[in-house]
Amino acid sequence: MFSVNTVIHQPGTFAKEQLDDSFDYKWPDEGLQAIPDWIYTSPEIYQREVKRIFHGPTWNFVALEAEIPDPGDFKRSYVGPTPVVVARDTDGSVHVFENRCAHRGAEFCRSQRGNAKEFVCPYHQWSYDLKGNLQGVPFKRGVKGEGGGMPKDFRNEDHGLMKLNVTRLHGVVFASFSREVEPIEQYLGPEILKDFEVVFKGRKLKLLGYYRNELPGNWKLYHENLKDPYHATLLHSFLVTFGLMVAGSKNGMIADASGRHGTLASAKPENVAAAVGEVKGEMRSYREDFKLADGRFLEYVREFDSPWSVTMQTIWPNLIVQRELNTLGIRHIVPNGPHSQIMLWTMFGYESDDEEMTRHRLRQGNLMGPSGFLGLEDNEAIKFVQEGLRRSPSDRGIVKLGGNTLGSTNAVIDEAAIRGMYAHYRQTMGL
Amino acid sequence: MYPGYDMTPPDPRETRELRLEIEEFHADYCWTLDCGDVERWPDYFADDAVYRITARENADAGLPVGLVYADSKAMIRDRAFAIKHTQMYAPRSMQHFVSNVRVLEAKGAAIKAQSNYLLLQTLVEGPTTIHQAGRYYDSFVRAGGRLLLKERQCVYDTVLIANDLVLPV
Repeated sequence: MFSVNTVIHQPGTFAKEQLDDSFDYKWPDEGLQAIPDWIYTSPEIYQREVKRIFHGPTWNFVALEAEIPDPGDFKRSYVGPTPVVVARDTDGSVHVFENRCAHRGAEFCRSQRGNAKEFVCPYHQWSYDLKGNLQGVPFKRGVKGEGGGMPKDFRNEDHGLMKLNVTRLHGVVFASFSREVEPIEQYLGPEILKDFEVVFKGRKLKLLGYYRNELPGNWKLYHENLKDPYHATLLHSFLVTFGLMVAGSKNGMIADASGRHGTLASAKPENVAAAVGEVKGEMRSYREDFKLADGRFLEYVREFDSPWSVTMQTIWPNLIVQRELNTLGIRHIVPNGPHSQIMLWTMFGYESDDEEMTRHRLRQGNLMGPSGFLGLEDNEAIKFVQEGLRRSPSDRGIVKLGGNTLGSTNAVIDEAAIRGMYAHYRQTMGL
Repeated sequence: MYPGYDMTPPDPRETRELRLEIEEFHADYCWTLDCGDVERWPDYFADDAVYRITARENADAGLPVGLVYADSKAMIRDRAFAIKHTQMYAPRSMQHFVSNVRVLEAKGAAIKAQSNYLLLQTLVEGPTTIHQAGRYYDSFVRAGGRLLLKERQCVYDTVLIANDLVLPV
């Protein structure tokens, strides 16, 4: 039972959800100032996204190296909706292959994480090494006197697991179904690489744990949400009341040249009351009377060489890197049909953290995740959007804030980064 | 099994009265939450209480993260206030069912117990769903004749949370 399920109008009830390739997918005449509902509801569009984006020339997040530090360590993961295994070989190299036996297709790796010398499919016990090569086929030559067995020309080398292209950057592992995708630094671009390195470069991570949730909204809505500084200062009372992000203070929306990636950045003002005082009349969620009984939770330890106290990075197509004050983590988006996505959160600190710093990160973790003061509001809002798109006969949303500009902007009341993302999307999707 | 709660329990015949008292505590605690009276929820905790909700995979791997993580009653109070007054979420009603209460330790003031919980959620237009199945690992202290939680670890089996968990467990 997924949370997308409603008793009234279950998914699939409306024409919008049943569009196939005979439908005329014509983008609205307003261009990038409008987004047609069918990109969030059509099964045909979803299949095209899987093929052209997730299985296309993109780098997809699959693991943090800190999750698989030792030879033989492995993790179940996903590229788009496709289950894969990430494994570290005895020589330290990291390999990603489909979680699908080359024989009959069984998803052989069932544990979230573990350590193994080899992978053995439980069905007919075909075995694979940590690189995904086929090692052993039981009764390969049949049984003496009875015959059977594989044909003489069967070669193990031809029947390994489907292997993906793998790259690693500062302890983060990405995979691609494409061999043509550009090197990862080039893929991210200098604007995005900069804040990515603030979190990862030269730092050994300490895993703090996982959250997993199903979010009943199209996967693109999550990218949009983090390319939308407008919502941050209105929806999230915590950001507003405690001055973590306030319209008028120092904020930035940074996009790469292609428009697909983004960094939503903000600098906590030194004087919160003054920053809020200027704009509070516009913000219904501002609460003057809300004072924390335990203020430790929102303290900011300046541990980074960065002008920003917050950077939320959207790395196309499936990764969010969260640096919200001192709470750090990644979110791995697994698309789950047009109406749903699975969100896999890995929270971490650094190996150099002392016990008090770890506890500080854990306390501040209350901001994020499926019970976080910011995280739960995003999940609720995205669900509301999907329900509205799915069930109403109106056919488009508008993204006009800031006019026709695309990509980076210093203005909070601006949707340029969403338009920039859709400029890239339309090109990739042929829309 | 949870670290610190893996002791051999006393003979249950000797702790029946205490088990009954703990069951009464659960009934009150759940009634408060199920009524939506979340601002009274902190009253069930001692001042230096620890409260955490975490997935079984974290508990089993010794990973410290909490979906909710509080190491003071003041933090629990802040969360209660935020839920009641500032957070944006769709209306919902919750029902808790707590069972299989086992007293694990009953030496003077130190009381430890373990229970199973089932959390049902009902949204507008939604069916009533099992939102979470988990276990409480509780440490109690006595204050003014009543039990208070010094620690509550809520460890849930439900791997994928349906969207979010807004209200306390």
